Amino acid sequence: MTTGTATPPSAPTVRLDSAPSGSAATKSKRLNLGVAGWLAAGWLGLLLILAVLAPVLPIPDPNTSFAEIARKGPSAGHLLGGDTIGRDLLSRIIYGTRASFAVGFGSIAFGFIVGGIIGLMAGFFRGKVDGILTPLMNILLAIPQFILALSLVNVFASGGEVTSARRLVVLIVGLGVVSVPLLGRITRANTLAWSEREFVLAARAMGAKNWRIMLRDVLPNVLPSMIAIGLLGVGIAIVAEGGLALFGVGVQSPTPSWGNIISEGQSQMRNAPHIVVATSVVLFLTVMALNFLGDLISQRFGVKESAL
Amino acid sequence: MLIIKKLAQLVVAVILVTLFASLLLEFLPGDAADVLAPSASDQQREQIREDIGLHDSFPVRYTRWLGNFVTGDFGNYYTVSSKRPVADRLWDALPVSLLLMLYAQVVALVIAIPVAVLAAYRKDTWFDRLTNVSAFAMLAVPNFALGFILQYYLGVKLGWFKSSGYARITENPVEHFQYMILPTITLAVGQVAVYQRLLRTDMIATLREDFILMAKAKGLKAKRILFRHALKPSSLTLLTVAGLNVGTLIGGALIVEVVFSLPGMGLLIFEAISRRQIVAFQSMIAVVAILYILVNFIVDLLYTVLDPRIRRTDAE
Repeated sequence: MTTGTATPPSAPTVRLDSAPSGSAATKSKRLNLGVAGWLAAGWLGLLLILAVLAPVLPIPDPNTSFAEIARKGPSAGHLLGGDTIGRDLLSRIIYGTRASFAVGFGSIAFGFIVGGIIGLMAGFFRGKVDGILTPLMNILLAIPQFILALSLVNVFASGGEVTSARRLVVLIVGLGVVSVPLLGRITRANTLAWSEREFVLAARAMGAKNWRIMLRDVLPNVLPSMIAIGLLGVGIAIVAEGGLALFGVGVQSPTPSWGNIISEGQSQMRNAPHIVVATSVVLFLTVMALNFLGDLISQRFGVKESAL
Repeated sequence: MLIIKKLAQLVVAVILVTLFASLLLEFLPGDAADVLAPSASDQQREQIREDIGLHDSFPVRYTRWLGNFVTGDFGNYYTVSSKRPVADRLWDALPVSLLLMLYAQVVALVIAIPVAVLAAYRKDTWFDRLTNVSAFAMLAVPNFALGFILQYYLGVKLGWFKSSGYARITENPVEHFQYMILPTITLAVGQVAVYQRLLRTDMIATLREDFILMAKAKGLKAKRILFRHALKPSSLTLLTVAGLNVGTLIGGALIVEVVFSLPGMGLLIFEAISRRQIVAFQSMIAVVAILYILVNFIVDLLYTVLDPRIRRTDAE
């Protein structure tokens, strides 16, 4: 542990802007994804590109019904067939990626920022600050996560007059709130460990301000574990949207999301199982890719799961 | 001493979640009476407002709500002209959810423990790799998707199991299990993966310990060493994971119930949401959250029983 913190011999002064951590900076441990890792990243990248380019792709409008493909499997021009009322399934899945990714990445971004700030402050200042912030986060843990999300969305965005956009925002913030303690705790635990290190002491001796030490010295070292947990969180949030859709409070139809495609498709399972199966496969592969990348980062940077 | 502290935490947590459930009505945009019975006359709506105490201040309403809740009055379902107590249906639903979670937990452990032990013992063989990959895949399976797929292919198409509905264990035990098999499997899959992965890591570390070498030197059979000696220290890990998992398990159970139309808390909550029964919803949320707190409390207590060190130090 102690040998790894040495600064390069050519730079005798301690540079505040570098992150002289034992594990993060050495060349041999640079993030090497491996074949499976590239596959995972490639899959997520492909979905992202498809989602962004959806309007210019040669696919039918996701909300136009074609009577002849309703509940029918794949056919020419409709690679995955039609959904319960004849909308092109491939098109709905691609457009659904937009809502599902918005919910997944958006909610974790919320948790990342809020939980990150809370965790950094609690871990860095300890004492009274920690004494206030940590119980505050633990309050959120007193309620099972799915129940919390369900309650927030049901109260703030259900009923006939709620717009799609409002529902989406409430979903992102609701699941974001749920993810705050998850990310906050891992940030706090890692901050506690990193702010004990010599280079932090050195920075302090040089008169660096607290916020500078936090952002320049502690944060870059804490970030890998936050990202690892965050990636798992994105998968959980995307699946959670599907669970909420089942209760009628997911992304609001006709805006497609993977969750509402599955929960609408299940009513026609007997006639058209391909709707649920195809969408589930996409969802499954995505969650697996996210989990895999998260695990990879955990391994490379030695993130301890026990810190949770 | 410790138990008093834990009890105090329990009480605080219960107060917090009931406060949260109670606040839901406060946060509801618009008038709760309009939400509950949109087509009721003014007079009927006034009656509903009176009934749920909308005219009182929040502290007054919360205290009364809590008083009713503690004495088993969980409010009412409201329609235009009538109201029916939530409590009757809630008490019918709760055991269904509890049984589902219990079955899933037992099935998960029965599968995960031997697989993990064997994988650790035969580390880096094809068996270890295969079970690792399958656990990784199982973690990524969304439970509702798995539920719909099992329900259709095993339940409807092949007709092996009953695909939706419920029979009480006291009335028809055979049918009860026929109904419960698919929901249990669906809920257990993710749990198997979690237990298996953690237990394997734990066991690999344990198998390097001196007392295992000692047991081998004494000439004990591998099976005895693995399941008697090596598994014992891992019981704490299992318990920790079980504790951390309760939340996921509860959320999963609610979803699986909706998939398989099991008349448990999940289906009740589903119905409360779709019929806009906010008062019933509040009580159900509170009951499920309290269940969660109680299970965590029990896990904590078991922990102290199993590991005497915690009784003395109690770091947190």
